[in-house]
Amino acid sequence: MFDVFPPALIMLGGALLIGLTRGHLRNLFVLGTPLVTLWAVWQIPDGVAATVSFLDYMIEPIEGSPVRRLFATIFAVMAFGGGLYAFRQAKWYELAAAYIYAAGAIGVSFAGDLITLFLYWELMALFSTVVVWCGSTPGSRAAGIRYAIMHLLGGVILKVGIEGVVVHTGSIDVQPMLATNFDTWMILIGILINAAAPPVSAWLSDAYPESSPTGSVFLSAFTTKTAVLALILLFPGEPVLVGIGLFMVMYGIIYALLENDVRRILAYSIVNQVGFMVCAVGIGTQMAINGAAAHAFAHILYKALLFMSAGAVIYRTGFSKCTDLGGLFRTMPLTAVCGIIGALAISGFPLTSGFTTKTMISQAAADESLMFVYFMLAAASAGVFLHAGIKFPWFVFFQKDSGLRPKDAPWNMSAAMVLLSVLCIVLGVFPNLIYDYLPYPVDYVPYTAGKVLFYLQLLLFSGLAFFLLLPLMKRTLTISLDTDWLWRVLAFRIATKGYVFFASLGISLQTRIGGGLNALRNRAEMHFGSRMPKAGVFARSWPIGTTALWIAVLLTGYVLVYVL
Amino acid sequence: MNDNKEQDHWLARPSTIRKLWWVFSAVLALTVVAQVFIYVKGYFGADGWFGFGAVFGFLSCLAMVLFAKGLGFFLKRDEDYYAAGDDDV
Repeated sequence: MFDVFPPALIMLGGALLIGLTRGHLRNLFVLGTPLVTLWAVWQIPDGVAATVSFLDYMIEPIEGSPVRRLFATIFAVMAFGGGLYAFRQAKWYELAAAYIYAAGAIGVSFAGDLITLFLYWELMALFSTVVVWCGSTPGSRAAGIRYAIMHLLGGVILKVGIEGVVVHTGSIDVQPMLATNFDTWMILIGILINAAAPPVSAWLSDAYPESSPTGSVFLSAFTTKTAVLALILLFPGEPVLVGIGLFMVMYGIIYALLENDVRRILAYSIVNQVGFMVCAVGIGTQMAINGAAAHAFAHILYKALLFMSAGAVIYRTGFSKCTDLGGLFRTMPLTAVCGIIGALAISGFPLTSGFTTKTMISQAAADESLMFVYFMLAAASAGVFLHAGIKFPWFVFFQKDSGLRPKDAPWNMSAAMVLLSVLCIVLGVFPNLIYDYLPYPVDYVPYTAGKVLFYLQLLLFSGLAFFLLLPLMKRTLTISLDTDWLWRVLAFRIATKGYVFFASLGISLQTRIGGGLNALRNRAEMHFGSRMPKAGVFARSWPIGTTALWIAVLLTGYVLVYVL
Repeated sequence: MNDNKEQDHWLARPSTIRKLWWVFSAVLALTVVAQVFIYVKGYFGADGWFGFGAVFGFLSCLAMVLFAKGLGFFLKRDEDYYAAGDDDV
């Protein structure tokens, strides 16, 4: 039945032990669990490694393949990085919830069938909600509820699709499909909701910035990237994804440019980066799928690094808005340097992991002669540098002197940031470390002089644009409306109006019907009632003689009718 | 580390910032000039033109910032926009 031990269960067990233990033992479990899980991930061979019979279905809880191992690896590494970053600051239940959330992500990575995939998918939805709630503010409570509604709704849509596929094809296998009928569309939509695709991208920038400084590090890693993996496994080459991806790329940039809250800027840039991957899955060639997988791997590292840097600032200062921050490089140099490394990596500067992975996606577009896609991605690369690469470090660490002189990050937060910074650079300098583990053989050379020069021009002149346009980017104390306005305001207004309408309708009906009923009752009382001064005709007691007479009359009538 | 204007961090001094602008400008010029010696492969013709990356990067950023600015007129709201009508928060 089981040839190997399921890595997701190790993670789950670790999460439970975090809750049961205290002190150093708990720290041991926080730091040790992801490492044991990582080891277990690498024990999983290619192909189905475990089967369980459930009802009439053959469940395949563990199926190995290079791309599945790649994602599970980065999820385990991320759990370790997040655990290291958080274990002295976060509450134990936040850590436990985050680890169960990570277990869900690892479980999805190895899910060989749609039922297993769905179960782990929902596990992620539930426990990521708990992580959002661990922000412990009224704002995080409300945002967590909105987050949960969105993801449970997405889960229902996914489930509808899975049921449809199982009923109509009889197969529960996780295998490539195209969105050609209702069932597959439902699955695609269910996955895309988790990928923060339009029109519901807003859940991400709504929920993640409300979590605790440590919680957002975990949140940034798992949900959207498992969705990318699910797309790679289920919908490679689905053409609609190209357009959706490009929209996400541009949406993320534009909204991040308008944003004032540091973590919300980073949240929008998750949508932007996932857009690159979704677009690549849509292109669907071997180069593109390699690019999507590699980019997801690199992205988790540098995005977590950016959230760590922002989290350390928020942890030390209590501020999260660009307008409150600035000049922190003076006293938080390590956090600043690590944040800048993350910012360079997300922008895809040469010698960082962003360059060696993101350019594969552009290459895939060029190979397929997708000119519009190629130029949009190039513009987006410039835009990423603009909104995340410079804007984030500039407004937090430089800009003006905010007068804040916080201490640098605590040692464990610093250690986690240094670890991820090193990984970002190592993957940029030695791209083969990741190329060797991609789903398809890699025929791509990232470092040609021409390519490096092209991207340097692109990025550095974006930098010039940033500083020349600084007056236009003055931060204001505002938020920007997003599609969540539709359900947070419009739907609320409609619901309120509807409630008032139906309530008044009810009252008027009540008065009218009530009046009618009263009249009816009075009539009934008149005929049947006995409490009136003169009892109703049917409620009076009649003498026996009268009754006998009436019976005789009736019987006579009956006999007559019968005879005739 | 508390400082008056004279003793501010060397990185924040106006003289340093002026120097940084010079260095930055030189690097920018260098990346464009380098294209004389380094062949940039164009996949669609235009992207192989001299200085294309520089112009494209600058213009697309300009376009995105202006577009965001324009969109901001319609979409920007006060920070407590959502909190105002919400008794729960």
